[in-house]
Amino acid sequence: MQKQRGSTKAVTSATQSVRSSMTSTPFTRALEHLGADQLVEYYRQMMLIRRFEEKCQEMYTRSKIGGFLHLYVGEEATGVGAISNLQPQDHVFTHYRDHGHAIARGLDINPLMAELFGKDTGCSRGMGGSMHFADVTKNFWGGYAIVGSHLLLADGVALQCKMQKTNGVVMVFFGDGATNGGEFYEALNFAQLWKLPVVFVCENNLFAMGTPLEVHSSVTEIYRKANAFDMKSMRIDGNDLLGVREQVGEAVEHARSGKGPVLVEAMTYRFRGHSAQDTQKYRSKEDVEKHRSADPLEAYRKLLIDEEICPASRLDAIDVQIDVEVDASVEFADNSPVPGNEWLTDAGIYAAPLETLTVDPTLV
Amino acid sequence: MAILTVREALQQALHEAMQDERVFIIGEDIGHYGSTYGVTAGFLEKYGPERIRDAPIAEAGILGLATGAAMAGMRPIAEIMSVNFSLLAFDIIINHAAKIYSMFGGKFSVPLVMRTTNGWTQLSATHSQSFDAMFAYIPGLKVVAPATPADMKGMFRAAMADPDPVIFIEHTLMYGVKGEVPDGDYIVPIGKSVLAREGRHLTVVTYSRMVHLSLQAAELLAQEGIEVEVVDLRTLRPLDMSVALESFKKTNHAVVVTEDWQSYGTSAEIATRLYEAGFDYLDAPIQRVNFREVPMPYAKNLEQQVVVTTERIVAAIKKVLNRS
Repeated sequence: MQKQRGSTKAVTSATQSVRSSMTSTPFTRALEHLGADQLVEYYRQMMLIRRFEEKCQEMYTRSKIGGFLHLYVGEEATGVGAISNLQPQDHVFTHYRDHGHAIARGLDINPLMAELFGKDTGCSRGMGGSMHFADVTKNFWGGYAIVGSHLLLADGVALQCKMQKTNGVVMVFFGDGATNGGEFYEALNFAQLWKLPVVFVCENNLFAMGTPLEVHSSVTEIYRKANAFDMKSMRIDGNDLLGVREQVGEAVEHARSGKGPVLVEAMTYRFRGHSAQDTQKYRSKEDVEKHRSADPLEAYRKLLIDEEICPASRLDAIDVQIDVEVDASVEFADNSPVPGNEWLTDAGIYAAPLETLTVDPTLV
Repeated sequence: MAILTVREALQQALHEAMQDERVFIIGEDIGHYGSTYGVTAGFLEKYGPERIRDAPIAEAGILGLATGAAMAGMRPIAEIMSVNFSLLAFDIIINHAAKIYSMFGGKFSVPLVMRTTNGWTQLSATHSQSFDAMFAYIPGLKVVAPATPADMKGMFRAAMADPDPVIFIEHTLMYGVKGEVPDGDYIVPIGKSVLAREGRHLTVVTYSRMVHLSLQAAELLAQEGIEVEVVDLRTLRPLDMSVALESFKKTNHAVVVTEDWQSYGTSAEIATRLYEAGFDYLDAPIQRVNFREVPMPYAKNLEQQVVVTTERIVAAIKKVLNRS
């Protein structure tokens, strides 16, 4: 999706011998099929998400960003690994914790930061904010803030793919908390009934906002909920980037081949609170620290270094480059104009505003 | 010109719409069952199950899939058999279909038409409601409720051509109503009200099935020398009050007739608009004729007292004109 900086050609050749001496794993298979450059690119995407969101937190504290801010920190391996399987003709829907998916799908971070700043140059023209990133040119249909209902919209786009034979697949992300409401079950039934090309990716981070999994769901193995619909499903380690990539890749191919939808349950963990205001009374600091010590981003970085895919110095250089890009996005957002008042008229509400405008008596 | 029923006019409009390969119909019992009110009878046989999609009884799903498909370039017609069932889809309609265009900065829209029905006939409390005001309350939706066969055809055409979500409200007691319908291409724009009958003493502002009852009332009153003008709003959002206000400036008296509850209902908005823009022309307080504010009873004798009748419209007009 996004171009990788620098060259790893020398590194690639250096790893050939390492690969041949190992048994087959998601890592060796990914290296063989994708090459070292692409493996480093996944690192770059995960780090870009991490640093972008750390900057978001900083800007939120400085009141540059308003509203709710739901950070994806800790869950990057799921989004990057899953979306890495998609082609340009494929589609993405996600929930309000949408920054990571947007970046993984290749959205430029300048319009994303501008969106958070409520600017006209934002990806949604400053009308959506953090929960509503979208870019129709990348079939990134947006973040949705009503838990569970976007699964049905994803089904609808999949129906379009099927009826117009586009060969496209729809990937839709949601949390464990979205699997108890009726729209989840309607979405699964429609998708399986009509063999729609949908990959449902449940990011099970163990909490529905602040309610623990075992308190909110009668079945805590979410993937088993697909059994009611005779739907293929799997539970995977959402913190293992290459494992996510490979297993979700199988789900994508299943959906693309016309065999119907798949429910993937990716076990992951969010390091930050539900939103920026969360005091996190529902979990212990020890639990959070335990998961932080198994940070999927750090684990992946270590893998790249240990397997001699990329030296630490070059990863450090990527980190520095990302910091430059993130700082530039803040400058871009800061210097952008605010949206105009046309958004307060019917012209901002309707694709085809009518001559008979809605009369607001307070404006007469 | 042909004389058609509302049902036949809609069938014609739907067949025309199906000429566009992007159009499909999704709803409950539209195909195998043969269509609850007969509008899509024969469609499954003609267009096949890919485009005439019998859906599970899952209203959020029906609207959700239609919304997603519309975003991606299809032109879905979602049928909700009875408006009472649409409550299960309100999340999709209000939080998604109505918001997507502006919330995502105008980058994509939802060209969706939702057909649904108001109506009652001893169906009791949960099958006899009107939610016209609830739809019309929402910025981002367009809401139409035509009264005549010609308008059914012409406004359905306009709804299908519109890039925004349109709620198309029909009435179960109106499918047999007959009227002249222009042949071939015929379009009636959304957001244009019309004079249904000329008069000079009082203006009745109304829409949908109540247009017909108001015309009956006007006919009865004409025999007593009272000339009633009837305005058919046709669209509830955006609400075109221009014809009603012109009429009101001439007659200086108004009655608003709507088939829903009075408090916070469509008549509240319509009467307020008349007061706001027409206060200087007012000769008497505006009266409203609506459902009595109770859950609809089953018993026929009680139901008849809840619904709007020609007699109640006549009484309201006489009260405003001080002619009892």
